[in-house]
Amino acid sequence: MSIAQQPLVERKATQARPPKRNGRWSGYRHLLMARMLELKREPEVVFWVFVFPLLLAVGLGIAFRNKPGDASSIAIVTGPQSQRAQSLLQSSPQHSSFKIDVQSDQSARKGFRLGKYDLVIEPNATGGLQYLYDPARPESVLAKAEADNAIQRAAGRQDVVATSVVTSSEPGSRYIDFLIPGLLGMNLMNSGMWGIGFALVDMRQRKLLKRFVGTPMRRGDFLLALMSSRLVLMIIEIGLLLTLGVVVFHMKVLDSIFSILIVGAMGAMCFGGVGLLTASRAQKIESVSGLMNLVMMPMWIFSGVFFSYERFPSVIQPLIKALPLTALNDALRASILEGTPLIHQWSRLAILIAWGVVSFLLALRWFRWT
Amino acid sequence: MATAIQCRDLRKTYDGKVEAVRGLNLEIQAGECFGLLGPNGAGKTTTIEILEGLLEPTSGQVSIFGRTWKTDAREMREWLGISLQETRLSEKLTVRETINLFASFYREPRASEDVLEELQLTEKADAWVGKLSGGQRQRLAVATALVCNPKILFLDEPTTGLDPQSRRQLWDIIRSFQRGGGTVLLTTHYMDEAERLCDRLAIVDHGQIIAEGSPAELIQRLGGHHFVEFAVTGNSDGAALDAWRALPSVDSVREDDGMISLSVKEPHLAIPALLEALGKQGSSLQHLTTRQASLEDVFVRLTGRHLRED
Ligand SMILES: Nc1ncnc2c1ncn2[C@@H]1O[C@H](COP(=O)(O)OP(=O)(O)O)[C@@H](O)[C@H]1O
Ligand SMILES: [Mg+2]
Repeated sequence: MSIAQQPLVERKATQARPPKRNGRWSGYRHLLMARMLELKREPEVVFWVFVFPLLLAVGLGIAFRNKPGDASSIAIVTGPQSQRAQSLLQSSPQHSSFKIDVQSDQSARKGFRLGKYDLVIEPNATGGLQYLYDPARPESVLAKAEADNAIQRAAGRQDVVATSVVTSSEPGSRYIDFLIPGLLGMNLMNSGMWGIGFALVDMRQRKLLKRFVGTPMRRGDFLLALMSSRLVLMIIEIGLLLTLGVVVFHMKVLDSIFSILIVGAMGAMCFGGVGLLTASRAQKIESVSGLMNLVMMPMWIFSGVFFSYERFPSVIQPLIKALPLTALNDALRASILEGTPLIHQWSRLAILIAWGVVSFLLALRWFRWT
Repeated sequence: MATAIQCRDLRKTYDGKVEAVRGLNLEIQAGECFGLLGPNGAGKTTTIEILEGLLEPTSGQVSIFGRTWKTDAREMREWLGISLQETRLSEKLTVRETINLFASFYREPRASEDVLEELQLTEKADAWVGKLSGGQRQRLAVATALVCNPKILFLDEPTTGLDPQSRRQLWDIIRSFQRGGGTVLLTTHYMDEAERLCDRLAIVDHGQIIAEGSPAELIQRLGGHHFVEFAVTGNSDGAALDAWRALPSVDSVREDDGMISLSVKEPHLAIPALLEALGKQGSSLQHLTTRQASLEDVFVRLTGRHLRED
């Protein structure tokens, strides 16, 4: 029997339940919710976004923790006078900061070359001492100054100016304090770019984007939902890293959590936008990975994650400061370490907003849905 | 009856060289189930995606209920339900979440629970998509299309790769949508599917329609309604083929791999004559079957090839 021969009735679904009416933002809300659920159910995400940065912070924090300077390692060349030089050093008040080996001329020089010794002391026949040190190596310069000072004092030199010393390693000025905001910024960039880039290319490959375009879904809402899914993760990322800093490394957070979250939100949205743009046309995971690395590489190097960017030549400083990660790191450091109010950071925030908005608009325009 | 889908002289050339669709005309009535039947690479997906407004044709016009994609795209999307040939829905969402997500894009979607019930997915509503069987996944894909309460349902190879039971389940769903007044356009390379499900179909090959009509009409046009297939001992040559053609009620003769196939109007006349002729020749039958002509035969007759060359 052919169904076409039946009388044509106006299509009416056998509805047990009344239809819903969806509002303007229902698509956006559901897209965001779906994204969050997917992330939550993906164990790798939890590791890379949350656990990995914590491990990195702990590892680096321990490696670069502020500890009393290492003892200078000094080689004294064997000879008739070596005994005297050694006892002078050992009888000085600072003797605990020297590690002394008596070595043949040859092995002392070899050890110096290999970085095993910071300083080689070679006594000569007339009772004088010859220092062999490398002015380009800070620890070598330090060893020479300290050793000379110790020997002269032990031999009876009187200082003409009375001096005294105060040591400082306050929270706020240590390496870990510098590091944690930098890691936070880098993590917001990494997880924003990878999170959005991979998700997009994956959906494109699965033809899911094409399927979505077959519905009345607003395309801008889709991209916006992806970007804003980053906000929720951002809050957790910042919370975890700051808690780690405060609890384990006794960091002091000077600005309110609220301002820090605002900076974080701008960073997350900014890199969400850059991630969208980077992945706006790629068809394969491999090609998007390459692009992502290309975009992020300059920021890993120049934006002062692990070390201050002040060391780069001053000609490129304006370029460095225009990078979004630089702006984000600077803003996070200023807020967390110095408590600088957001209003005084407007130029950094403006850089973040500009990158985010321009990337989002370009992505919306160039985006390939199929 | 209103025209649901119409296209004129549709052409699509990929990258300036692959001519996937070469001048295709269609007119599909509201309430019809229309099928595009053709082998892989015939241009079915390209055609249906152009009609769905997902691909830009190189030239030609498309209108759906009198509207065109250029002017009314957003409105049209509200009442078209689409299932693509290969969409992989997110594996880590549940069936219900997926349907709710698609429902959220439409102004007035159907209640998700209704769609779940209709597609027999209620039991699986809280299972992750990644854990579904092939048939269940395909039903979910159709559910995402039906949740908008569409006027037209586009299905691109809805049952490819499914087991017989899942195929029948989907056929039932499609029929029940049609009974409610819906229009269906589907593509398939299964002739049995086209034969059972479609009111009318177009056979597509190399981007062109080579035959169009109801399955019964197409088969009728073949001449014979039955096929008598047999093999004999000894070589059959061209002269033998002519002898078979001369038998009563035989329309045409084909030889395929040593198997001779007679297209026959009335088997009760042809078979006795065949046996008699074999007796005279002194050769004996190795094999004899008769069957009704199918769309496969139509395709073979028109193109000299089989629909599925696997
Ligand atoms: N995106 C594309 N780029 C280039 N050629 C394509 C593309 N999509 C399909 N084709 C080619 O167009 C022809 C028709 O393909 P398609 O419409 O998918 O056929 P079917 O769905 O009938 O199997 C095939 O030769 C295929 O290789
Ligand atoms: Mg196809």
